[in-house]
Amino acid sequence: MSLSDKELKEIAYLARINIDKKDFPALKAELDQILNLFDKLNSADTDKVEAMSHPLNLSQPTRKDVVTEPDQRSKLQASAPLVKSGLFIVPKVIEGEN
Amino acid sequence: MDSNNSNWEAVIGLEIHVQLSTKSKLFSGASTDFGALPNTQACNIDLAMPGVLPVLNEEVLKMAVKLGIALNANINSPTSFARKNYFYPDSPKGYQISQMDKPIVEDGYLDIELEDETVKRIGITRAHLEEDAGKSLHEDFEGQSGIDLNRAGTPLIEIVSEPEISTPAEAVAYLKSIHSIIRYLDISDGNMAEGSMRCDANVSVRKKGTTELGTRTETKNVNSFRFVEKAIQYEINRQINEIESGKKITQETRLYDSQANTTRPMRSKEYANDYRYFPEPDLLPVILEKEFLKFVEESMPELPNEKRYRFKKNYELNDYDAKLLAADKELADFFEEVVKKSNSPKLSANWVMGEFLAELNKNNLSTKESKVSAKQLGTLIARIEDSTISGKIAKDVFEKMWSSSKGADEIIKEEGLQQVTDLSEIVSMVEKVINDNPDQHKKFLSGKDRLFGFFVGQVMKESKGKANPNQVNEVLKDKLKK
Repeated sequence: MSLSDKELKEIAYLARINIDKKDFPALKAELDQILNLFDKLNSADTDKVEAMSHPLNLSQPTRKDVVTEPDQRSKLQASAPLVKSGLFIVPKVIEGEN
Repeated sequence: MDSNNSNWEAVIGLEIHVQLSTKSKLFSGASTDFGALPNTQACNIDLAMPGVLPVLNEEVLKMAVKLGIALNANINSPTSFARKNYFYPDSPKGYQISQMDKPIVEDGYLDIELEDETVKRIGITRAHLEEDAGKSLHEDFEGQSGIDLNRAGTPLIEIVSEPEISTPAEAVAYLKSIHSIIRYLDISDGNMAEGSMRCDANVSVRKKGTTELGTRTETKNVNSFRFVEKAIQYEINRQINEIESGKKITQETRLYDSQANTTRPMRSKEYANDYRYFPEPDLLPVILEKEFLKFVEESMPELPNEKRYRFKKNYELNDYDAKLLAADKELADFFEEVVKKSNSPKLSANWVMGEFLAELNKNNLSTKESKVSAKQLGTLIARIEDSTISGKIAKDVFEKMWSSSKGADEIIKEEGLQQVTDLSEIVSMVEKVINDNPDQHKKFLSGKDRLFGFFVGQVMKESKGKANPNQVNEVLKDKLKK
């Protein structure tokens, strides 16, 4: 299994990572190794094995439905680059219309 | 529908997002109250600060299981969470915790009743838990956006139907039925205007008689029952016109514009729908113990259809009345309170759906905000039943109750509205009226039968509307002959 340049660019776009064209060969080689590992995993016979979504054989603990977190807006916004009227200010989102 | 549309049929599936009415968020202890100042209900976890971990709200599991039972569905145990990855400023983590492979609710159905009273079964593919995103505000920030994360992390359950809905009217019936159920289960306020219940419609069309599915579009932003019907109808017509003029339907997300009653493309799904789901490593699968499921099952309230059936059986209401009352839990509860006091189910049903609903609508109030309590209305109806007042006078009393918050008995007593049933009193009124109108009496005796009505009217006037009309008739028949 070998990745094309186009596929590599798509993966980078989905992860919102800028990658330099000169790094393509090295990155492709690394990702190919990972994909080869998946090929190997896929070759194992798992017909009689129950699917597992977590390595620990435990059930997720839960909490009661109570409000435990007070307003800490001023503290939490202290490290934000830009805040106006209590809102976090970010570059305008142009995608879509919502 | 255009005439040429009769060769086509629509295939519709709905995705309904329901905000669950918990006090705290799905994975954090921040409050979910509506209308707080921006970002005052967004804690470390909601903001995705480094090192924080989600902890599941157990109430959400109860609510989801209740819904699953009501939708005749399987409850998955273990049920597990997954990450849905996308980048948007209103989702600080860069992913939304949702469910993919093992949704908590799967394979259910809902029977909906159409206008012609036929029943259609709509399959429910699944209902899964997920967290809501924050809100982006684009106005007033000169080329920038403002982000409020109060809503981020609020629990949602997304109910996905099978593509088994065929008309806009069926879609509305299905949506209303889901709405009624979530209100009955008390798991959401279901307020579409405030966004507690949101609906996306997947629509495609195909030639009648064919089985292959056409390319579908997903229409978002349909936030009222009426808009669901209109948006789907618009989309069906649009797709038919496109195909008939030789064009192809693009699989895309469209936005409904209620002002213009149109839908328009929102964004291409080419990239956007690659969410790269994977199991959420921060949360273990959830095992729902038998005792827990049993506990939830035992706490299930009566559902709309069960209530409708009971109303017919216990109160001997007709199907129409029973259905109308049972569709709205608050109204149904109110009605039952009224009956407890009035002991007259049929008359109570008439009053609740008649005078009472009319007054609520006139004042734009909900059942809970009524100025007249169920007990007060029950007492008023009891006074009609025991002949203290007539139905006509009861309407006046009701209006006075509404504006004064006084009880029926108090108003009847204060204004002296008790019906006169004392025979001797009625006899003396009748005699007075006959004596006062000797000419009419003579004409009556000479065969002018129609004057009987005149005498009834005069006696009722004499009694200020309070005489019992049946008694007046009896006495008049007797006295006028002489």
